This record gives sequence, C-alpha cells and structure tokens, in this order.
Amino acid sequence: MSAVTARLEHGPGALLRRVPWSKLLIHLVLLSGAFVMVVPFLWMVTLSLKPLELTNQPPYLFPSTFEFANYSRAWDAAPFARYYLNSIVMTGGIVVGQVIFSSLAAYAFARLHFPGRDVLFMLFLGTMMVPFHVILIPSYLIVDRLGWIDSYTALIVPRMVSAFGIFLLRQYYQGIPRELDEAAMIDGASRLGIWWRIIVPLSGPGLATLGIFAFMFAWNDFLWPLVVTNDPDMRTVQLGLAMFQGRYGTQWTLLMAGTVTATLPTLLVFLLSQRWFIQSVAQSGLKG
Amino acid sequence: MTAIARMRTGWSRANRRGDLSAAALALAPAIVLFALFNIYPLLYSGYLSVMEWDGFSPDKEYVGLGNYKALYESAMFRNALTVTFTYTVGTTLLGVAFSLLVAVLLNSGIRGQNIYRLVYFLPVVTSTVAAAVVWRYLMNPGSGYADVLLRDLGLTPPSPSWLRNPDWALRIVILVGVWKRLGFNIVIYLAGLQNIPKEYYEAATVDGAGSWDRFRRITVPLIAPITLLLVIMSIIDSFLIFDVVYVMTDGGPVGTTEVVGLLLYRQAFRYFNLGTASAMGWVIFAIVFAITLIQWKFFGAREAGL
Repeated sequence: MSAVTARLEHGPGALLRRVPWSKLLIHLVLLSGAFVMVVPFLWMVTLSLKPLELTNQPPYLFPSTFEFANYSRAWDAAPFARYYLNSIVMTGGIVVGQVIFSSLAAYAFARLHFPGRDVLFMLFLGTMMVPFHVILIPSYLIVDRLGWIDSYTALIVPRMVSAFGIFLLRQYYQGIPRELDEAAMIDGASRLGIWWRIIVPLSGPGLATLGIFAFMFAWNDFLWPLVVTNDPDMRTVQLGLAMFQGRYGTQWTLLMAGTVTATLPTLLVFLLSQRWFIQSVAQSGLKG
Repeated sequence: MTAIARMRTGWSRANRRGDLSAAALALAPAIVLFALFNIYPLLYSGYLSVMEWDGFSPDKEYVGLGNYKALYESAMFRNALTVTFTYTVGTTLLGVAFSLLVAVLLNSGIRGQNIYRLVYFLPVVTSTVAAAVVWRYLMNPGSGYADVLLRDLGLTPPSPSWLRNPDWALRIVILVGVWKRLGFNIVIYLAGLQNIPKEYYEAATVDGAGSWDRFRRITVPLIAPITLLLVIMSIIDSFLIFDVVYVMTDGGPVGTTEVVGLLLYRQAFRYFNLGTASAMGWVIFAIVFAITLIQWKFFGAREAGL
C-alpha cells in the first residue's frame, strides 16, 4: 500500500524512466529486420498449405489451412522423388570425395616433405581465385568428350576436391602434435597408416566442418548441374524446382510445396548443427 | 633439447624418400582433378577466347583479340557490366552497412542474441533457387505479399509491377542479394566485435564519449579489416551472380537485370558462341583478379589465402 503511494508520489515520470527505452528500441530495430528475414519462409509455408481455390485469400503470413495434399500433388506433378535421389547421390558423392581427397592432400601438405610442396600448395590455393564462369565452358567440353553428360559422374567427379577444404584441413592438421606421428612411425606405421590411424581420428570436427560446407554447397548448387544434364531424369532438386516454376508457375500452392521440399534438407542440417556451424563460419572469416 | 631436435632432423632427412612416395599417393587424386577440371580448363578457355567456334564444327578460326574487341564494342556486354557493377555495389554497400548495424545492436548485451543470429542466418543456408522462386512470388503483381502489404498501408505499388518494371527489377534483385548475404556478414562482424577489448569503451565513456562517438571512433576503425574482408568477399560473390536472375527475371525487363554471368551462359549454351563467351569469362576473371590483388595488398598474401 505504501509502495503504491510512494510510486504515485513520484508520478508517472519515474515509472517511464525505469523502462529501458534504449533496449526496447534496439529490439524494435532487430525485430523488424528479423521480420524481413523470415517473411519469405512464412509465406512459402503458408501458401504451400492453402487449398488452391484460396490461393489469393488473406491472411498471408500464418497458415490457417493445412492442405498437406499439396505436397503429394506437387510430387505427382513432377518427379520430385527422382530429383531427390539425384541430389542425394550427387551431394553424397561430393561430400565423401571432398572429405577424403582434401584430407589426404592436406595431410601431405601439413606433414610430408617433398620438393615443390609450397609451390604446389600456392597453386592449389590460386585455383580458388579463378571464377567458375571462366572454366565453365571448357569443363563442359571435357565432360562431354568423356561421354559423361547426363551421368552422376559429371555431377560428382569434377567437384570431388576443393582447395578450400585442403586449406581448412591443413590448418587443422598443423594443430595436431607431431609427436603422435613420430611415435606411430617408431611403431612401424607407414605414412598413409599414420594419416588413417592418427590424423583422421583426431580431426573429427575439422572433417565435419568441411563435410557440412560441402553439403550446403552441393545441395544448393545450380549452374553446373544445369549445364551437364539434359535428361529430366538426371535433374537435381534445384534444377527440378526451376523447371517446375517454368511449367507450373501459376499453381502457387504446388510450387511452394516443391520449394519447401527443396529447402528442407539444408535448413534441417543447419538447425541441428547451428551453434557449431555459425562458429565455424565466424572462425573461417577471422582466419581469412 | 638440441639433441632431440638434431635427432629429429636427422630422422626426417632419412625419411624424405618415404615422404615423397607417400605424398605422391596422397596428392594424386587432388592433382589429377585439379589439373583436369581447373588448370586445363583455364588454359583452354584462354585459347578459346582467341578463336571463333560454335562447339560443333571441326574447325576453329583464329581471330586474335577479335572477340575481346567485339566485347568492347558490344552495347549488350557493356550493359551487362553496368548491371553487374550496380548489383555488386548495391549488394555490397547495403549488405555491409546493415550487417554492421545489426551486429553492433546484437553485441550491445541485449537478450536473445542467439535467436536473432539464427534467424538472420536462415537465408544464408537456403538455396538461391528456392529463395529466388519465393521472392519472385512475393513480388507478384496484385496478390504477392509486397502488394498486399502496401495496399494495407494505403500505398500504391509501382506500375508496371516490381519485376516487370525497368526501374524496380534490379532493386528487387539487389534486395534478395542483401537478404541472402546479411546473416553471413553479421556472424563474421559479431566475432570481430567480440574481440574488441571492453576497456576501450569503458575508457571512452569515462572521457565522456557518447554512444555515437564510441561507435565512430572505436568500433569503426578497429573493425575496418573485417569490413574490408567482407567488402571484397561480397564483391567477388556478387560479380558472379547467376541463379537469382536466371530464376527471377531471366535478365528482363529490357535487359535491366542482365548480368554478365547470364549473358555468358546464353552466349555459350544457347547461341554457341564459345569464343565470345570464353573472352567474357576472361574479362570477368581479370576484374575479379584485380579485386583479389587489392585484398592481397591490404592483408598480405599469406593471410589473404582465402
């Protein structure tokens, strides 16, 4: 009772002063930015769950109907299952290839002595500066000459090694104590035996970081699959989605169901690994 | 200590030969793949850029710098360069400015930092094709969310509608570029901001500096290397934009979103002018290379490895 009167005596001004206005303002700015970030996601999900005849009815941002049949209709209208299979095979091949080959190469650069090592490493790094646009046409011609057009080989093999991966893992391997290698060598392990038994088991987080980066890149990639596939059966999810838009562009609900389907894998992987993934991105930026 | 070191050098010298054969094995896949799909294509495209070839006929005709000269004189290529520059500058400036603002606000000790960071990062991991499809329909005339929102606010959407409007189409593409990139910049800025010692701010506060002064005189200069890094990464990425315009506008209306990546793709895979397209690739390479050199100059080649 006395507290209330005390507050009344000080008037509303005191109460207002206690509200942290600057914090509220900050939240207001951040929330409006966050709103712009999520609007496309909300809109995509909401539309994908609307019955076709209600497509143009408000409200727009939060689902009020749940027409899950749109998803099966989208999957019937285009061979999304096939696209998914292609994307999974391609992504799997690229991830496995990049992790193994980058790891092997990084081991050679971090641990072995051979003539021309540093020059070769700089050459590998240098390839990162070459824009994909420059090598696109000759790469296509090579793949065509090899008879790989419309095959998983074309989708996977040219991207099975990455200079970024070699760079990342080399940094990581340099942090593993050399004494471990030497002890294993005294025990009679070969160089590649050391790589397999010492380096690989100790570099789990490094390999996983590269694996996730490779996964995001491969699943979302567009230009290379667009160029090396003509057969509809060889399309990846991203290609399928772009083509689907061309053909079913007016059937928004189906298109959005397809878009949700195409986006889900990377979003799931991200949400499951987000703290750690964001941390890796932050570190890669600071090192760069 | 020195004895052990000496033992170790002797040991490693004796094992150099073993190193060489192991290195050859370990590097073989990477070397073969790089040679076949990076180095050779680069040289081959240089060769193609001085040839005229449709990709089918057995003969290629040597034209010297003819393709480059034709590009220099081509209004279409100049337009594409201008569009790409505009996109690059717009995306880079807005992306860096907004991300610095958000990162500074997130770093001010407010609650929910992780949630905000997560939300701002979502577009980064979304595929560009999916993002472009959704944004295209957000901007759809009449029933897209942009128009609905404007009508609710009592405003009139432009006519012709956004992506069909020569004044607006590129701005929307830039908006999508910023939206897609912001979270990445924020995460890197935040890591940088957290490295600035708190004492600097405390000392400045004691000296009577307001929050704007602290931002201008402490944050901005100390974060400058990260800003430069983000600017250069953004320029290089933006310069190579392809997916978003391919899906959203296909270069239209009237070429106002026709970026060089799209023009190159069309020249090569629709009109089969492989020589012209290769020359375009090399012009893009030269520009990106010049930007990378600037990065080297500022960071030193070693740290600029990425």
